[in-house]
Formats: sequence, C-alpha cells, structure tokens
Amino acid sequence: MEEHDIICTGCPKGCQVTIKTEGDKITDIYGYECPTGKEYAINEFKNPTRILPTTVKVEDGEFPLVPVKTAAPIPKSDLIKAMNFIAEKTVKAPIEIGDILIENILNTGVDVVATRNIKKESEV
Amino acid sequence: MTKHKMVVVGAGPAGLAAALEASKNGIDDIIILERDKYLGGILPQCIHNGFGLEYFGEELTGPEYADRFMRDIDQAGIEVLTETMVLNINQDKLITALNKTKGVLKIKAETIILAMGCRERTRENIQIPGDRPAGILSAGTAQRYTNIEGFIPGKEVMILGSGDIGLIMARRMKLEGADVKAVLEIMPFSSGLVRNKVQCLDDFDIPLKLQHTITRIEGKKRLKRVEISKVDKDFNPIKGTQKWINCDTLLLSVGLIPENELSKAMNLKLHPATGGVYVNENRETELKGVYACGNVLHVHDLVDWVSEEAEIAGRSAAEYLNKNQEKRDLPIKITPNKNLTYTVPQKIEYKFKDKKFIKIYLRVEKPMENVKIVFSHNEKSMLSYDKKIVMPGEMVTVNLPVALIKKNMEEIKLSIVEKVGEKNGRT
Amino acid sequence: MMRIIIIGAGVIGTAIARELSRYEIDIVLLEKTADVANGTSKANSGIIHAGYNADFDTLKGKLNVKSNPVFDKLCADLKVPFKRIGSYVVGFNEQDLKELKKKKENGEKNGLDDLEIIGQKQLISQEPNINKKAKYALYAPGAAIISPYELTIAYANNAVINGVQLLLNTEVNDLISDDGQIKGVKTNQGEIKGDFVINAAGLYSDKIARMAEDNFKIKPRKGEYHLFDKEYGDLVNHILFPMPTKKSKGILVLPTVHGNILIGPNANTIDDKDDLSTTSKGLNKVLNGAKRLIPEIPEKGVITSFSGLRAALSSEDFHIDFSENLVGLINIIGIQSPGLSSAPAISDMVVEMFKNYSLRENYELQLKKDFKEKNSKLPHYYEYEDKGKLDDWQKIVEKHEDYGEIICRCEHVSRGEIIDAINAPVPAQTIDAIKRRTRASSGRCQAGFCGPRILQILADQLNIDPLEVSKKGSGSQILRARSKQLILEKIKEDKRAGDQ
Repeated sequence: MEEHDIICTGCPKGCQVTIKTEGDKITDIYGYECPTGKEYAINEFKNPTRILPTTVKVEDGEFPLVPVKTAAPIPKSDLIKAMNFIAEKTVKAPIEIGDILIENILNTGVDVVATRNIKKESEV
Repeated sequence: MTKHKMVVVGAGPAGLAAALEASKNGIDDIIILERDKYLGGILPQCIHNGFGLEYFGEELTGPEYADRFMRDIDQAGIEVLTETMVLNINQDKLITALNKTKGVLKIKAETIILAMGCRERTRENIQIPGDRPAGILSAGTAQRYTNIEGFIPGKEVMILGSGDIGLIMARRMKLEGADVKAVLEIMPFSSGLVRNKVQCLDDFDIPLKLQHTITRIEGKKRLKRVEISKVDKDFNPIKGTQKWINCDTLLLSVGLIPENELSKAMNLKLHPATGGVYVNENRETELKGVYACGNVLHVHDLVDWVSEEAEIAGRSAAEYLNKNQEKRDLPIKITPNKNLTYTVPQKIEYKFKDKKFIKIYLRVEKPMENVKIVFSHNEKSMLSYDKKIVMPGEMVTVNLPVALIKKNMEEIKLSIVEKVGEKNGRT
Repeated sequence: MMRIIIIGAGVIGTAIARELSRYEIDIVLLEKTADVANGTSKANSGIIHAGYNADFDTLKGKLNVKSNPVFDKLCADLKVPFKRIGSYVVGFNEQDLKELKKKKENGEKNGLDDLEIIGQKQLISQEPNINKKAKYALYAPGAAIISPYELTIAYANNAVINGVQLLLNTEVNDLISDDGQIKGVKTNQGEIKGDFVINAAGLYSDKIARMAEDNFKIKPRKGEYHLFDKEYGDLVNHILFPMPTKKSKGILVLPTVHGNILIGPNANTIDDKDDLSTTSKGLNKVLNGAKRLIPEIPEKGVITSFSGLRAALSSEDFHIDFSENLVGLINIIGIQSPGLSSAPAISDMVVEMFKNYSLRENYELQLKKDFKEKNSKLPHYYEYEDKGKLDDWQKIVEKHEDYGEIICRCEHVSRGEIIDAINAPVPAQTIDAIKRRTRASSGRCQAGFCGPRILQILADQLNIDPLEVSKKGSGSQILRARSKQLILEKIKEDKRAGDQ
C-alpha cells in the first residue's frame, strides 16, 4: 500500500488530500473538503497535467521572443522535455496570436501556440 | 495646448479598460498616454496562464488578456500616444507630457483617469545589508529580461518573497535552465496562490523556506553568495541560524508600491494602507473629475479585478462628463474595522440611480477560516457574507446592496469575524 | 616634452590633471577601475566645509580654508551643481555651547569672519524639523554642498579636453626608476614611461608609496549612509552637524544638490580597502544618529544605502610631499575629510611643487595658449523642469528627438542625456557611470524600470553585446545568457556525457 499527498489548488485553502493506493487501485482518499477537491486529487494522482507557458526565439521580429503556451495541458512529466524541444526552435516574424508554432509537441497531441502578435522588425 | 474630454494616464489593464468603458458610454474624445512603446502595461511580460477566469470566463495568458483590450481600443478608435511620459499634472487638470515626435505636450483635460500602476519594492526599501554587486534585481525586471528582451539574468538563483511574481519567476528561471536554489518567505505562510506554489515550486522541487530572510549580501563585482537566516515572529533574524548559499542572482519579490508621484503633484493625499489615493464609490479622487483605478489605487492580485474596477472609473467619468450625477446629502464613510487593513472605496458620495450594488474591495490582515464579513451601522449588523477562507494575499470583493443604505447613514463599518457554531449561508 | 603620470582619477588626481593641463606638458592619468570617481570620491557627504573645524596649524586646516571660496567660480566653469547653503553645528547644553565657542575661535584663527552662534529660536525658525531640545548652533554661512563625483567627472572631462590622456582599467603594479630617479610605471596594460609621477591613489596611495619605499599606512575608515527620496527634500535646509568627536564630525543630516536628503556617516576602522559593504548595525547607527538631530526621519523614505571609505593616516592630517627615496615622485596620502573641500588648494599646491621641481631641472613650463577653462553644459531635463523652462526643452527636442524620450521615469532622464554621457570626453561605459552623470536609475525604483533600457542604450552606443554591459566594470555584467542558451548548453553537456 502506498500513500500520496496532494495539495488541492482549487481554492486558497490548499487542502492536503491523501490518496491510498494498492497497485493502480485507489483504496482510500481523504482530506478534501469539497467535491472539487476530491476530483482534483484523483486527476492529479492519475494524470497530472500542466499548461506550459514559455517563449520561442524569433527572427526579424520587433521583439527577439514570442510568448507561447501549449494549447491544452500536457503531462507534467513532459515539461522539461518540451522545453528542450522548444529551445531548439526559431520562428520568423510576423506572428499572430493563436498561430501554431509547433504541432503536436512530443506526440502529446497538443500544439504550441503564440500568445502575442509580433510584427516584423522592418514594419514597426 | 490641446484639450480633451478624457485623458487616461497609462495603457496597462486599468487604463485600457477605463478608456473602453468611457467610450462605450458615449465619450468620444479620449486620449491614452503610455510611457512604454507597447500597450498592456505589465501584462505582455506575464506570459503565464491564469488570467481572465473571472472577467472572460476562460483562462488566458497575460499577453492574450492584454490583446483583447488592445483590439477593442483599436476598434473603438481611441487615440493612444505611446512612448509618452506624463511628467506633471496640476490641480486644474493641466497635464505636461513629453515624447519624441511632439516634444513637450500640454493637455487640458476635463476628466483624468490615473492608471499608472505600481512599482516593485527594492533591496533598498527592505535594507538588506552587505555589498552592492551586479546580480540583484526585482523579479519584475528579471521577468522583462527573460520574457521580452531575450536574456537570462542569472544561472544560480535565489528568490526572496513568495508572492505570485516570486513563484512565477522561480518556475520561469527553472524552465530556462537556471538552478533555482530556494524561495524565501519572511512570513509563516506564502502570500502567493496555492496553485502557483504547487505548479511553480513543488513541480520542480524548489524549496520554499518560510520564516526566512536574507541578512547579508556578498560579492564585490557579481553576487557570490547570500546569507539567509530564520526569523522570529517579529521578523527579526534569529542568531545562530545563518547559512550561506552560493548564487549569482537574487530576485526580489518583496511587495509592490502604487506609483503615485503624479497624484502627489496634484496634492492628493495617500491612504497609509493602500498606498493609493482616497476614492469614493465611483473611484473618484478628492479632486472632482479625477479618477484612479488599478494598481495605482491599491495593489490587486488578479488583473480581472483591475479591469472591473477600471470600468467603474471609466463609467463614472462618462457620467461626470454627461452631467448625469447627483450627490447624496451626506457622504457615507466606509471604514475597515476588525481584521481588515483597508477597503476601497473609502466613502459613498453619490445617489445610486439605477445601481443595485456598491462593490467593495477589501484586504484582510491575516489568514482566517470560517469567517463572516459583516457590514454594520451604529454597531448593528446590516448584512453579512460567509467565507470559508480569507487570506491577505487574496483581495475579497463584496457587494453592498443599495437597498440597505439609508438616507441618514454616515458610516458603515466592515469587519471579519470568526463564526461560532452558525449555519452556512447569508444571514 | 616632459611627461607626468598621475596615479588615481579621484577628485585629487583629476583636479591635479586639470590644473597641470594648463601647461604644455604631456599628462597621463591612470585609473585602475572602469570610471573616474570610483573610490572615496563617489561616496562621501559631498560637503565643502567652511573651515572652522580643522586646527589652523594643520595642513588640512590651511588648505580647506584656502579652497572654500574658490568653488563658486570653479563649479560655474566646470558646470557642477553646487549650493552654498551654510551649516549648523547643533549643541544641546552649556557644555556644547563652550565647545561651539571654541570652534568659532578656531574658525576665526583660520580666517573666517562670518561665523555666528545662534540660539534655539533662530535655529528652529531656520530648521523647523530640528530636535526641539537643541539649544544652540554654530552657523557657518560659507559651508556648501556639491556632488563629489560630478565634480570629479567634470575635472576629468576638462582635463581630457585640455589634452590629458585618461587610461581607465589601468592599474599600477610597480614604479620604474633608475638611479633614484623615477622613470615610469608598470601597469596591467604594460609599461608607461614618464618623467614625473604623482601618487594620488587615495586608499591605495600607501601601497604606491611603498613601491618607492616610502612608508605609510592608510587605515580605511568606513562610513555608511542612507539617501532619502526627494519627496522628503525639504526636511532640512542646511547642513546639520552634531557635536563632533575627535575622529569624526559625527552623523549629519543634509540636503543634496539634487534635492534628496543624505544622512551619515558612522565611522569604523576596517582592514579591507575594497569593503564597501553596509551592515545592519552601521545603518541603524546612522538612522539613530540622525534622529538626534531630526527626530522625524522618515525611515520608509530610504531609496538607497551605501558606504564610503576615508583614506585616513594615523596622523589624521594630509601628507603632500616629495618622496624621500625617489626623485620625481610626489605622494599625496591621507586625503580624508576635508579632502573634497581642499581639492582645489591641493592641486594648486602640487602644481607649485611641480613648478619648483621643473625649475630645478631647468625645464621651462609654458602655459597653453588655448586652455579651455570651461566645460560645455550638457542639457538635463530635470534642470529645465525645476526652473520651469519647458519651452527651452522643447527646442532641444526639436533639435534631437532623443531628448523627448524619457528613459528614467523616477528622475526624468531622457535618452539624449544618456547618449551624451556615453559620448562625453570621459565616456560613461557602465550602468553606474551613467547613473553618476545623468541620475538615471538613482531614484526610487533603483533601475527596476530603466535598467533594461539603459543596458540596451549602452550596448547600442558602445557597439557591444548586451551580455557585456556591466554595472561597474569587468566581472559585474548584468546578464548571464541569451534566452534558451542555458537549456541548449545543458542538452549538449548531457549528450557529451551520454557519448562517453
């Protein structure tokens, strides 16, 4: 039997929820104070995911970087790998908000999209 | 000299929302003065998600949140002057500004919206002794370098202050390949959102050291190491707990100060707790026709509340210009009582017309659970709201229904009280 | 032509360089750091003392009194902010009154005839925020405030436009001599030949002197300061001194020429000549000391705290003399307070010494025909603002748009002013150098907003990589890497480790 402590991020209270497991099976869950807390803890235990906000290098842009995010959450365990992948990437201005800059990053099925318009340097 | 019906100082989230709302309410002669070369204030460098859930009902990053307002400003045809620094405003609403193309600008305004935002507290404000090397910067400055300018300010990073900016920058530096050694917090609790603590620190095993501070800085040229100490309940360093930690960079996230130099130039008094000017329910200052909103008025933790507050200011300024306002016979003071540091607004001055609620923002002194927010008049409770938890780091907003406000009231007090064996729900 | 080497570009070295540049001689001014005014001259009280303090029979007493009247013209010529605001030494009891009378007598012996002892009523009318227990004060109308680093920079600029060669980042490691005659210096940048050497190395003047086997020992004495936001600029109107002790004039409160309030210094003898750290103990002492004079010191208004080192000799007097061992070397040692106040007289004295030396050597000194007495005035927005002359600033912006872009929002400094500083005769090449010349980043946000912008301007103007821009010279670069660089380096490293 294993115990996993998860802090719920649903509200400022930050309840510590404990999940007891045997193999893949959850045998007990306690510490939550609302249904959101329970649901959050189970998801966070089974498949913790995060939106990754970062930047991508830009060529010929009014700024040297474009801010980006993963269009949907990706597995938490992929965050650093995704950064390594993004670090190699350079995109050309102009860029529009919502442009897909990297498709299906790390085969997660999730795209990396621009979150700001970047004009060409020569057009500023 | 030029004349405008409305001049908005600052094109951050507050300035943009105020201008838009005034425009929606029929004001067609608005000009926004912005010192930076782009709009959005601090938002474009806040590339993380977590914005907009309250205001747009969806989760956005900072640049996306700003973009929505920028597009609307563009569509509404509101004039914006960027790289234009407002240098002075006098009590006659005469504004002096400077830019490259026009030089010294003199603008006479009928109404002014103050939306200058805030600045970060510095090492000097909190007086950390020691050497004065390169490598000590505010978290916001580091954020600008990292997210806009394309440079990483440090490789081995210590962060002082666990407010949201400190937490966000811990993750940001870590993702950019820096070694983030720890985040220190002088209080016994983090002042940031739980979500940020989990996703910015715990996800990356970055330690959060509560009740710790930095007591000395060493490094003649570049920062070499910092001495950290545990503090007692009065925040004094405890002797014998000092520890040296090697690092080349110290990021400070130790609080924000509303930038009220222009307000002071107009002789407006500052509220000791908010650091902003005094305002009534319209976010109107002591000078009629001059409004303040956003972080220049009081530091908000969510941009969504800034937009909402700015709309109050913009709408009220439009009413003022449209001569659609009438004062109450008696102004009502709104006073923070038990367990509160401040309320915004500090008074109610106008008749309600079609308003149903007065929205009141407040900040609590300390974390408390299972509490009631109580409005009282002459020691008698008028209304109370239950709240499971309140934290100093999270602003609380409550609605005061105008139906409860009587003609002869002079002061309404607000308190936070612990519930004792009461049922949940409005009383 | 004869060549003079001056070691140290503090206020003394630059003053001497400027005064010697009146003559047809080759002058090289050496400075080991990235800027002039980088030692004691950048961090002190910035006072031109009236001259009642030092005993009239000391060298410093004589030189201080001689210098004081010179500053009005000097600062007008060199375009240095300077205000003759007067000082009060504040007494609390009858014992203090006795001491004040003694000071007054000493000042009169030094030749001052305008000193006055005033009572409580008059003191309060002049200084409404003074401790109400203060009873007497010695008033010296001749005392003045100045920006010490701006004076040094102005001296250096004037020296350079008059032909002095300034070498920054050049540290003297040894003296070169032949048969007891100085022949030059060895530096980290190579040897420099010279016929005459002036040691104005401040805190390190003893080290240079020892290269000639002249034995001196500087005991650095640290003083810590707090600087307050301009918002509190009217807290005091004059320089306020407490009753002095033997070693120090005590913790004072004074306005600065730029409208801030400065308090300090304390006095602590230390060993490390590079130790400019502040301590919580010291800073508290300064605060408490200042409260004795002004009880309502606004602690929250501190915008920066710093410390400076006094280059003190155990004699507590200046030493300005020829070397005992090498011909052609002058040692200037122990220039602590009132060193800034005495700088013009010290430079005159050294010029006289050099003149006598050259006469003995049968070298005829010729005055330069085209010596430029005055520096040109660079425009500063805040000065136009203070005087309400914005129409004139408009004309400046019309000539060049860079003066219309405010970079430092706290101190209202434009891009044009920063570019001027970088392109001045003594070029500003670091963030701190820009700060000392333009005030950019010296305000309440302490470079929070303007830091990235100033960094970019420096990189553009000096045509260097932004990663090379430093706070105060090599080793103090602001940035460590480009975006994603650290990640890519790590990937490479991991690959290499994997390959092995």
